[in-house]
Amino acid sequence: MVHSVTARRRWVAAIGFLSVSALALSGCAQSQRDSGGGGKQGGTLTFGAAGAPKLFDPFYATDGETFRVSRQMYEGLVGFKPGTAEVEPALATKYESSADGKTWTFTLKEGVKFHDGTAFNAEAVCFNFERWYNQKGAAQSDAVSQYWLDNFGGFKDTPDKPSLYKSCTAKDAKTAVIELNEATSQFPSVLGFTSFSISSPEALKKYDADNVQAAGDAFTYPAYANEHPTGTGPFKFSKYDKANNTVELVRNEDYHGTKAKLDKIVFKIIPDETARKQALKAGDIDGYDLPNAADWAGLKSDGFNVAIRPAFNVFYLGINQKNNPKLADLKVRQAIMYAINREQLVKSQLPEGAKVATQFMPDTVNGYNKDIKEVKYDLEKAKSLLKEAGAENLKLKFYWPSEVTRPYMPSPKDLFGAISGDLQKAGITFDVVTKPWNGGYLTDVDNSIPDLFLLGWTGDNGTAHNWVGTFFGRTDNRFNTGVSPWGATLKEALAKANAEPDEAKRTKQYEEINKKIMEEYLPAIPISHSPPALVFKSDVKGVVPSPLTDEKFGSASKG
Amino acid sequence: MLRYTIRRLVQLVGVVLVLSLLLFAWLRLLPGGPVSALLGERATPESREALTKQLGLDQPIFIQYFKFLGRAATGDFGVSTGVQPGDSALDIFLQRFPATVELSFFAILIAIAVGVPLGYLSAKRRGSWFDNLSVVGSLIGVAVPVFFLAYVLKDVASSALGLPSSGRQDAIDATRVTGFFTLDGVITGEWDATFNALEHLILPAIALATIPFAVIFRITRAAVLDVLDEDFVRTAESKGLTAPVIRRRHVLRNAMLPVVTTIGLQTGALLSGAVLTEKVFSFAGVGEALAIGFERRDYPVLLLLIIMATIVYVVVNLLVDLSYALIDPRIRTR
Amino acid sequence: MVLGLSSKKEKIDGLAESSGTSLAASAWKRLRRSPVFLTGAVIIGIFILISLLSPWLAPHNPADPMLIDQVVKARNEIPPAQPGHPLGGDLQGRDFLSRLLVGSQQTLIVGVGATLIGLSGGLILGTLAGALGGWVDSVVMRIVDVMLSLPSLLLAFSIAAMFARPSQFTVILAVAIVQIPVFARLLRGSMLAQRHSDHVLAATALGVKKGAIVFRHMLPNSLGPVIVQSTLVLATAIIEAAALSFLGLGNPDDRIPEWGQMLGDVQKVFDTHPHLAAWPAICIIIVALGFTLMGETLREALDPKNRR
Repeated sequence: MVHSVTARRRWVAAIGFLSVSALALSGCAQSQRDSGGGGKQGGTLTFGAAGAPKLFDPFYATDGETFRVSRQMYEGLVGFKPGTAEVEPALATKYESSADGKTWTFTLKEGVKFHDGTAFNAEAVCFNFERWYNQKGAAQSDAVSQYWLDNFGGFKDTPDKPSLYKSCTAKDAKTAVIELNEATSQFPSVLGFTSFSISSPEALKKYDADNVQAAGDAFTYPAYANEHPTGTGPFKFSKYDKANNTVELVRNEDYHGTKAKLDKIVFKIIPDETARKQALKAGDIDGYDLPNAADWAGLKSDGFNVAIRPAFNVFYLGINQKNNPKLADLKVRQAIMYAINREQLVKSQLPEGAKVATQFMPDTVNGYNKDIKEVKYDLEKAKSLLKEAGAENLKLKFYWPSEVTRPYMPSPKDLFGAISGDLQKAGITFDVVTKPWNGGYLTDVDNSIPDLFLLGWTGDNGTAHNWVGTFFGRTDNRFNTGVSPWGATLKEALAKANAEPDEAKRTKQYEEINKKIMEEYLPAIPISHSPPALVFKSDVKGVVPSPLTDEKFGSASKG
Repeated sequence: MLRYTIRRLVQLVGVVLVLSLLLFAWLRLLPGGPVSALLGERATPESREALTKQLGLDQPIFIQYFKFLGRAATGDFGVSTGVQPGDSALDIFLQRFPATVELSFFAILIAIAVGVPLGYLSAKRRGSWFDNLSVVGSLIGVAVPVFFLAYVLKDVASSALGLPSSGRQDAIDATRVTGFFTLDGVITGEWDATFNALEHLILPAIALATIPFAVIFRITRAAVLDVLDEDFVRTAESKGLTAPVIRRRHVLRNAMLPVVTTIGLQTGALLSGAVLTEKVFSFAGVGEALAIGFERRDYPVLLLLIIMATIVYVVVNLLVDLSYALIDPRIRTR
Repeated sequence: MVLGLSSKKEKIDGLAESSGTSLAASAWKRLRRSPVFLTGAVIIGIFILISLLSPWLAPHNPADPMLIDQVVKARNEIPPAQPGHPLGGDLQGRDFLSRLLVGSQQTLIVGVGATLIGLSGGLILGTLAGALGGWVDSVVMRIVDVMLSLPSLLLAFSIAAMFARPSQFTVILAVAIVQIPVFARLLRGSMLAQRHSDHVLAATALGVKKGAIVFRHMLPNSLGPVIVQSTLVLATAIIEAAALSFLGLGNPDDRIPEWGQMLGDVQKVFDTHPHLAAWPAICIIIVALGFTLMGETLREALDPKNRR
């Protein structure tokens, strides 16, 4: 049950997952991180954002630009170790689970105050959990409480849609006990997501935080989300100047950990990518996210600091077995893999540090199987496999998305060009379809219209379930693995591994699953892992690039 | 006069209603629509269905349209899903409209400052190499894609001249009064804010100016040619008036009429051009919102902004017609 | 005449008044001597020649990523000029010269396609309105006026955004639809101008059928302004197609190149590989200038005011 809930179809990296994760500037995290010689005190950091934040209440946030701002103001019970996907304590100093993995006891940090001066304690933690669990009406929509629905399932008044969450008890001021309905490998790392940051109960009440309304075609959010975000983080909300497209945060002078060095962070919204680059070069901004890979070298030689994140994504060629019976034949899918010159593609089209993918997760995830060998480009073998399968005149409907770039897919058009060129050499012909990412592409992929499609995923956390579980955890997924008999087998193996409380055993199971996926099932062709980057002026120090895009500016300094 | 104005305004209401219905239907018929925009790539068939019901999108389109009209009457035109997600479309328009007005104003100013003298000189020296060069030059202006020119300005001129190449203003402390950044600084006495905003305006305004420039140049030239031929100028010449006096008193004043009209009539072209220019310079105006709206398929914002652009376009045209009639009595009597 | 001075209408109606055969004959005489017109004609002649011959002129297949091994995105390297590839390769390692040459053909198709569709649409509406008059005229002209009350490029953007599956054809359609009301008003205007002219009155008096009058007399005599408008539309169509690509509303499939698409697609590398944008831009500017020179001189030649 829990499995099907957590494995809701989060196949692709949403704009949101760019940043899916938590903020955890606990004191200990802060002290561990040396920002390189201390750095100068004071100053304003201006960061070029690609889009406007939707709101400032992380619980209702779904996209990267919104998370980026919230992350600086909020903290969760746990966070991620800077620069990794490993969970570490944050507002909780330690946590432990019962043997069955269903009861979790969190010991909280003391002396922590929210931005409004009220105290952070176990009651506040439980207030937040109960708030999330008790969302009503419009707030229950997928478009609003997306992260809760994806990770915790339903709400209190939705008995047909059970929740992973059972209860929260404040044993004493610094001990919170959370009970779950089932064990999952996802807990407690989901609590590191920015969405599950702890807000001030007083501010939540005062500013009517749950009052989400469906208005016409969309939703309107209450004052809390728009003007009064109140967390415990190193920065406080100052203002959002909509006319000038800037969001301003100021230092939290009462921060419980090491106080931020910067006086102020300004997020300046510059939607056009080349305009962000220009603004950086002109000195209008101090840094921006996701510089075009082709610009890295130029930016470096201009003296900018290109901070490359560890590659925590996978780009794959999706195969849907539903419409073309030939694609249900393993030989045909293998032929497609042999026909693609992935090495060449990575070298010519992807940024520095990109690697050919041997499986559907990067090597930093527990469950990665290092014994799987990289399949080399072999056109002859591809042709002979196609011949054996009697599929020499294969004609496929090949979809690629326009108007989008993704960290794993910097230029879909060029990647499509390279892949389709290779496949054509093996004698496969195409009916090429291009649609805008949000204007039909994803809908068609969901509805199994293409035979081949380009897609990928950026990890939310370091658990294997977040990768292969999301891809193949159902049989009616984007690949329609249910068409082949192994689809159901794979689904069950994944469910079993996710519910395994023992970590060593779990890892072993995932390694086996990965091997089977690549050698016996091959539901799609993993192509590459590419590292996304951030760029800063050389005098900006202390921002640690995170595989989860979980960068916090609390440790940053300028000058 | 009054009847004419009323008739045009009634026509405008009709146009807006028809247009809004068409746009509304378009929005609803597109694959995905608002549900896709809200749920994005995480949509599941179940969540899609639930949200469709929740938003009332399963009702007949005319009922939805009347509901939309009802909300629109209260100023609720829906919420942005891509440009500034979560903001009301009307707020986005209101915030950004001054930016585009400011940009267009300076673009026209530049176009006049260059186009009128050039057109005048061209006409005076009709057939000379200067005239031919100017005419062909103005035609090249028409042939250059605006966004390409904007890129050239941004990449070459901004670094050469040290001008900012994006945004409306740096993140400086500026008080907002009217939303016109250059004007705000004047009102509050924050001259640095005005100056900063002006710096940001120069390059996009030059790029945008090429659109009205070509027309203003050609109209000025043609108008001056016409006027030079007319009897009263010849009379003035024969009266022995000196050249500058003739120029000032007769030629320019009479030639200005069609020029003024043309400037007003360039609104539509400016709005379209602003979409391209503002995108290149990340200038937070209505044009940029439209460009991002098209790119990210932000239907509520597109719906409102296209309607607003139409209203502005029609109203400006009406005003120009009216002022033309006021200035030139010959037309009123017709 | 009412106070209808709205820019587009005014311009169109002005042009419509210039219909008539005797005018065309004298205009042609003057055009042959006009260096500006001839320059435009030569440019367009060369353009059409190249685009027709491009499949044979292009040294390579424009869709073949033959130089892909010289593309290194990580270091921002694309294939430089080299023997056999005088302009080097593009971002996908395809021969750039071949793409430019073949691109001319698609560009011509976009321009001519958009003009023809716009013209046919306008022809149907305009003929209906102009020939039948009465309520048909009112209805048609209401529709035309609604379309004309939108800024034209903005209308093209909106139409292009309506298509769920953008392609070359949807680009042509978006650009063309905007022109329909222009052609419609133009044709109607020129027919109205002729309705009371001597030759039409004479034909009516002789008992010639209405349809015959429209098709044998009125339409041919409207040809002048239509040709002028078409020439100008050819230029704007090519530029507008580029703008659509720039906004991401163009044809995303670039295996068969088109100049506007080539220009609109390379904005991200404009500062590092300016030649990828400059070449198609220069081509577009020259061709658009060629059409504009022809169109503007034609317009001037046909303008009755200039006959004195």
